[in-house]
Amino acid sequence: MNPVKTFRLGGVHPEENKLSSGQPIRDFEIPKQVIIPLGQCLGAPSEPIVAKGDKVKVGQLIATAKGFISANVHSSVSGTVAKIDDVMDHTGYRKPAIFIDVEGDEWLEGIDTTDTLIKDITLTSEEIVERVKQHGIVGLGGATFPTYVKLMIPKDKKADYVIINAAECEPYLTCDNRLLIEKPMEFLVGVKVLMKAVNAPKGVIGIEYNKIDVARRLDEIVSGDSYFSGIEVQPLKTKYPQGGEKQLIQAVTGREVPSGKLPIETGCVVVNVASTFAVYEAVQKNKPLVYRIVTVTGKSVKNPSNFRVRIGTPANLLIEAAGGLPEDTANLINGGPMMGKSVSVMTFPTVKGTSGILMLNTRDAQPRKVGNCIRCGKCMKACPMGLEPYLLKRLSETNNFEEAEKHNIMDCIECGSCEFTCPANIPLADYVRFGKSKTGQIIRSRNQK
Amino acid sequence: MNSILLWSLVILGVLGGIAAVVLYFVAKKFKVEENPLIDEVESALAGANCGSCGFAGCRNFAEACVKAAAEKSSLSGLNCPGSDMAKVAGILGLTATVQEPMIAVVRCNGTCQNAPRKVHYEGADICAFATTLYAGGNGCPNGCLGHGDCVKKCAFDAIHINKETGLPEVDESKCVGCGACAKACPRGVIELRYKGKNNRRVYVACNNTEKGAIAMKNCNVACIACQKCLKTCPFEAIEMRGNLAYIDYTKCKQCRKCVEVCPRGSIHEVNFPPRKPKAETPESTETNVTNESK
Amino acid sequence: MNQFIISGSPHVHGPESTRRIMLDVIIALTPALLVALYFFGWYALRLTVISVAACVLTEWLIQKYLLKVPTTVGDLSAVVTGILLAFNVPANLPVWMIIVGAVVSIGIAKMSFGGLGHNPFNPALVGRVFLLVSFPTAMTTWPQVSPIFEKGFFADAITGPTPLGLLKESAGNIDKMEVLDMLIGNRGGAFGEMCAIALIIGGIYLIARRVIDVWTPLVIFATVFAFTGICNLIDPATYIAPVYHIFYGGLILGAFFMATDMVTSPMTTCGKCIFAFGIGVITVVIRLWGAYPEGVSFAILIMNALVPLINRGFRPKRFGSKK
Repeated sequence: MNPVKTFRLGGVHPEENKLSSGQPIRDFEIPKQVIIPLGQCLGAPSEPIVAKGDKVKVGQLIATAKGFISANVHSSVSGTVAKIDDVMDHTGYRKPAIFIDVEGDEWLEGIDTTDTLIKDITLTSEEIVERVKQHGIVGLGGATFPTYVKLMIPKDKKADYVIINAAECEPYLTCDNRLLIEKPMEFLVGVKVLMKAVNAPKGVIGIEYNKIDVARRLDEIVSGDSYFSGIEVQPLKTKYPQGGEKQLIQAVTGREVPSGKLPIETGCVVVNVASTFAVYEAVQKNKPLVYRIVTVTGKSVKNPSNFRVRIGTPANLLIEAAGGLPEDTANLINGGPMMGKSVSVMTFPTVKGTSGILMLNTRDAQPRKVGNCIRCGKCMKACPMGLEPYLLKRLSETNNFEEAEKHNIMDCIECGSCEFTCPANIPLADYVRFGKSKTGQIIRSRNQK
Repeated sequence: MNSILLWSLVILGVLGGIAAVVLYFVAKKFKVEENPLIDEVESALAGANCGSCGFAGCRNFAEACVKAAAEKSSLSGLNCPGSDMAKVAGILGLTATVQEPMIAVVRCNGTCQNAPRKVHYEGADICAFATTLYAGGNGCPNGCLGHGDCVKKCAFDAIHINKETGLPEVDESKCVGCGACAKACPRGVIELRYKGKNNRRVYVACNNTEKGAIAMKNCNVACIACQKCLKTCPFEAIEMRGNLAYIDYTKCKQCRKCVEVCPRGSIHEVNFPPRKPKAETPESTETNVTNESK
Repeated sequence: MNQFIISGSPHVHGPESTRRIMLDVIIALTPALLVALYFFGWYALRLTVISVAACVLTEWLIQKYLLKVPTTVGDLSAVVTGILLAFNVPANLPVWMIIVGAVVSIGIAKMSFGGLGHNPFNPALVGRVFLLVSFPTAMTTWPQVSPIFEKGFFADAITGPTPLGLLKESAGNIDKMEVLDMLIGNRGGAFGEMCAIALIIGGIYLIARRVIDVWTPLVIFATVFAFTGICNLIDPATYIAPVYHIFYGGLILGAFFMATDMVTSPMTTCGKCIFAFGIGVITVVIRLWGAYPEGVSFAILIMNALVPLINRGFRPKRFGSKK
């Protein structure tokens, strides 16, 4: 195994709190009704192709992608479409979703639901990309960027590496870790599939050092089987945001993605662990993305667990299964504590990007008194992109977006390290994110002219 | 001692004299000929450089006015909502078509009592950011968030957040109707409407687009699209915009019939004298007092 | 059911806080304070307590009655200013003078700019320099060191010159001190600046706690050492050996505790080095050729004024800038 590597700039060390890392993945009971939101991925929401009263089976396409950056949505259960209506989802708004009343568990024909491992990759690379697109696979780490877009390599570029993001640098979350422990073979075949899809000679699995036992095991499997040649396991320092796309590429290959460019510029394609597993299932088993692993956790939660959940299962059922909502819950989060999103209702449906449901207790989520900036420069030291968050905050606050653009506000990856470390508790990430979206608007309108 | 004092005075005096002479000639030589009317017009303007006229500042606007007066001898298309355009026209020897004065109106009455907060926001005090995170403390995706983006943009100190209601209030005496607040609001809660005769206005104090049943849960005073007002209005001034009744201020004759029929008290009347007791709808007049009359 | 909080990510926060940083500085200053108590007894204690109390009270009064904003004395920054101000004056300074100094430090140098974080100059140093130019005699009458067990806790001090003051008159004036005496601080001077060991312990604590960067003090010492070393090589009769320049006067206190003040120092490491280099050069220039025997305070204040410029010039390295 290679020596431990890490990224060059910044980073912070949040408490890991991987409370559920010892909990095996449990299949979560199919609920009576699932609510499948149409806007599950980054980009445009999908268009429903079923109507009220239609019978659907597991894996059946129920909404098609609209636009380039968008993804298909499949039914995660079998049953009848009850209605298509708005539901309060993880975005904090009421958005359209397909409600399906569950009847039995009948899968669509042609989907292999067995557990047998299929190693032979019969599809060509174009077919793999098409399959990934059809089966609605998106980045399951939380950003939910459609995976097929990443796999479509522009003609003038070449992919040297497929990098698997197994860093799981978010505190609390353990879904990727459990998947690696329980399904290592399937995962590794998934890596081979991805390597074939983008025609990359090398596949590197980046794992943070706190999961070194998993890394060792994967390394044993890889080195013991010539089928997996080309795959490497790369341990990384336990440091946030090790799993940031640009940071991961830099840590593994030493190449830096230039400002404003895509990762393929450096010859790298970065895919998340859960997505890799989903790619394996889609390509080798013809199974669309109908379930995912969700970590339900929190310091006051009775039984922090990892569930295999059908997409669209209401979160409150998962919370109950983990021992109920603790009394002292102050902040309910869809995702991890560093990049996840606060939700306002317990009943929001799980979506493709729900890597975890985190219940922060009042002690951790307590609002802190915001003080003056003491110009300590800690935000600058913590910024993995080498930006000046204190300055960007000031520029955003005063709506000086031209100047903010000059100071590269668009390079911000919104990891929140600056806010995490700020001794004055200034909501730096909020301001920078606001400034970034405004600056983005200005840039777009300028480009249109 | 005295000689030092004397010398200093003499030297400084001479230096000052030389500088004055130089300055005089320089000023004479490089003098920029400008139409004195520009200064005159500028002094008649509000001077807030708010930009609502479409120019970078009041000076640019004044220049444009003088230019338009000289070339087209009309001020069409030039309007400063914050100042007396008739006076400007008078300076330029024209008669201006006086524009109806406008005022900013907050179309939300989701106070803490009317729309109880279900979640609590912590973070940057910017509406435009908060709106990306959630629908609002009361669950209304179109209502006021109360972080005061409008207040920050007002150049006339005419809009302030009332701490008790959590909503912005427009100071009628200060608001010039420049529209900066309306532009700043990420949810379009604030609208520019005619100031109205004797400052009297009737408007729907709601911006909701959701269905009545949902709106009703979120807010006690939300418009639920029952269309009673629309049917009552004798002047066809009310239209439905999705799930929201909208009073067209150019058509409204301020008869106040809609105010009486609204079952939710979402239609507000401002600056009207008290009604005769029999027709009184206590809910709406009460909210007027707290919301607008200050 | 309690209300959920809606917040932008991140939803968790690290252990750092302004209060914790200030507390660390106070902890780091404690050894030096203990040594001062040992040498000056009651005088040192009295001045420190009064200075801290005056600073905190000034801040509280200004915020409560003048600005009408929530008070921030809880962040302990006024306490740090108070201790540093006291450390920079002679132990026998009249009490009312230190109160004046405290009011100037907090009222003029800090609050008038908008409070913590907005002050361009180090408040304690502004107070000290104000006292120095207003009451030059009182501020340069240094009590002689004598451990309290020799004369009792409340004994009056006998005044005498500082090594740097003697140096100003002539390099030959001074007896070369033993290394041990220099480290312990058995010499004249402001009561907080004398004991090198205590200050270095505090400095190391701050570096270990990552409150300050090792570069600022290091570059200051290196610059002073190199500059005075060159002078010493050229003309040993006029200029004494560089090691005395480091241990005499307030250089160690300034380098560890005042040049590293977050608010008034640059943010990047590169900027900090330039800042520290400037302090070193100006200090030596004032000491060797200026009117005052000691120049650390002035040097830091002058460099404080340049901080915005340094911050502008030295920016962090961006990700993606490396090919």
